[in-house]
Amino acid sequence: MTYETPVATPAPARATPPTRKEGGVLSKRRGTIATVIVALLALAWLFPLLWALVNSFREYDYTQANGYLSFGGWTTSNYEQAWTQGNFGLHMRNSLLITVPAVLLTLWLSSMVAFVLARFSYRFNLALLGVFLAANLLPPQALLIPVFRMFREVPLPYFMSDSGSMLNSFWALILVNTAFQLGFCTFVLSNYMKTLPHEIYESAELDGASVWRQYWQLTMPLVRPALAALATLQVTWVYNEFFWATVLIQQGNKLPVTSALNNLRGQFFTDTNLVAAGSIIVALPVLVVFFALQKQFVSGLTLGSTKG
Amino acid sequence: MTHIDEAPRPATAVAPAQGRAKKLPGRDRATVIIMVTIPLVLVVLLVWVPALLSVVLSFGKWNGFGDLDTIEWVGVQNYQDIFTIYPAFWPAVQHNLIWLGFLFVFPTVLGMLLAVVLDREMKGSRFYQTAFYMPVVLSLALIGFIWQLFYSRDQGLINQVFHSQVDWYGDPDINLWAVLVATAWRHTGYIMLIYLAGLKGVDASLREAAAVDGASEVKTFFHVIFPVMRPINMVVIVIVVIESLRAFDLVWVINKGRNGLEVIGALVAQNVIGEATRYGFGSALAVIMMLISSIFITIYLRTVFREERNR
Repeated sequence: MTYETPVATPAPARATPPTRKEGGVLSKRRGTIATVIVALLALAWLFPLLWALVNSFREYDYTQANGYLSFGGWTTSNYEQAWTQGNFGLHMRNSLLITVPAVLLTLWLSSMVAFVLARFSYRFNLALLGVFLAANLLPPQALLIPVFRMFREVPLPYFMSDSGSMLNSFWALILVNTAFQLGFCTFVLSNYMKTLPHEIYESAELDGASVWRQYWQLTMPLVRPALAALATLQVTWVYNEFFWATVLIQQGNKLPVTSALNNLRGQFFTDTNLVAAGSIIVALPVLVVFFALQKQFVSGLTLGSTKG
Repeated sequence: MTHIDEAPRPATAVAPAQGRAKKLPGRDRATVIIMVTIPLVLVVLLVWVPALLSVVLSFGKWNGFGDLDTIEWVGVQNYQDIFTIYPAFWPAVQHNLIWLGFLFVFPTVLGMLLAVVLDREMKGSRFYQTAFYMPVVLSLALIGFIWQLFYSRDQGLINQVFHSQVDWYGDPDINLWAVLVATAWRHTGYIMLIYLAGLKGVDASLREAAAVDGASEVKTFFHVIFPVMRPINMVVIVIVVIESLRAFDLVWVINKGRNGLEVIGALVAQNVIGEATRYGFGSALAVIMMLISSIFITIYLRTVFREERNR
């Protein structure tokens, strides 16, 4: 479940007004009951992360002696130990080297296709969209064997990959992630671009602007909100990607951080507090992105549904 | 002879753009072609060609190490073996189906209800929403680790509270359910988000009209809100099916999909990166996955395209 399915909820063709009223007010008694239930559930939902956070700061020996229901034994040594033992510095760097190029490449390529889809109605437009969207939905496992073999066959110079082939290199992960995410981004961006007023292109054409200029200098600045939202989503998805990293990277020190955790299982699973610290370290980057850009994250998921 | 009566034919493949006839100059045409071709080549090369090759390979026996001519073509033998003598297959199918059923019954229904409630003016609605969809940004593999803090036999919270000795991830009779609870933790927020997005499309005046008419909350839900959500339901069904079919990350971090956690996705991986590499056999499993998912991809695309045409 590494690749999210595009949330492309078809919505009525009505443009959503910016200040939409929420779905009405509940009657008082119902409202109170609903609030209590939702609040309790929300607390239950937060609990696993809070539990991980609390125990990541506790000494293993203390919790072993007093049980996990005790209070005390505070320490930060789990983080130091997890960081060094898990070699997280290296794996974070790997994740960065995979995620940033993959996201930029995805946004760039999908914005080009989206532009063509939105701007010109070629007869094969729907077919083209279908090719990209369906690719996004195919189970990656179904393509594993040929992709694995193909990458083994493609030689890369050693300055690009010390394995000498695409297999076991960051290039493989960047390309695979890009290929899989193109569908979703193309779909969202083309929907967004279709909402741009036509007049701007007419005047651009009168001025003799080429297609490339219309794309790069006219359209791209206008779709910046959608790009920001998609970038946020893509960063979390590519960072979290697990399947391809697990099967295409065989050298432990090249794994991105999400898959590296699995490699450390042997050492980690015995000490729950260390597991907690490791989990928090891995979760931290996406949680930071999420809280910093929460609005973008949510609007990204809803872009596909409300047509921008 | 001059054909003065000849109708001007559309000179290029460019259909009228949004109702206006137009012709692109040569350089612009080249630009457009390049803009589409580069991404298209990437997707075709890394998704569609492999998909096709999986089908081809599924009719052969190959350990993947030798050249292509070491492939021994065996017809439908792989499929026959999968259905008859591969011990892990039917448990895997069963587990994928349980996965599907569980996701529908619990996280989907709960996520939908949460969305309907949180869509209203409620104090702290923002906070609750955040609480529910925070797990959505975490990877499933990571979620496997976080839930280990609850499931660990000796140090897990559940056993500590109940003074029990259950090995939640290790016991083949229950580990599937332990995994499903962890999955549900993330999936509920995801479904909630989709419905929240969809509910934004519900015309507020519809609801106001219902309120003026004196319709009860429940009636309003079933007669006004639910019909509007029908297209979202379709998308959610497709998402849940495909996600269940793709199930991999969690079971792989726990035990590489063995001992009670067999799922089809993990079986494919086992046949490629395990000790015994059986490419043909793994491909046949992959094709089975593809066939099932293609049904739902078709449904999904039809939903999307109907929207496109109605635009």
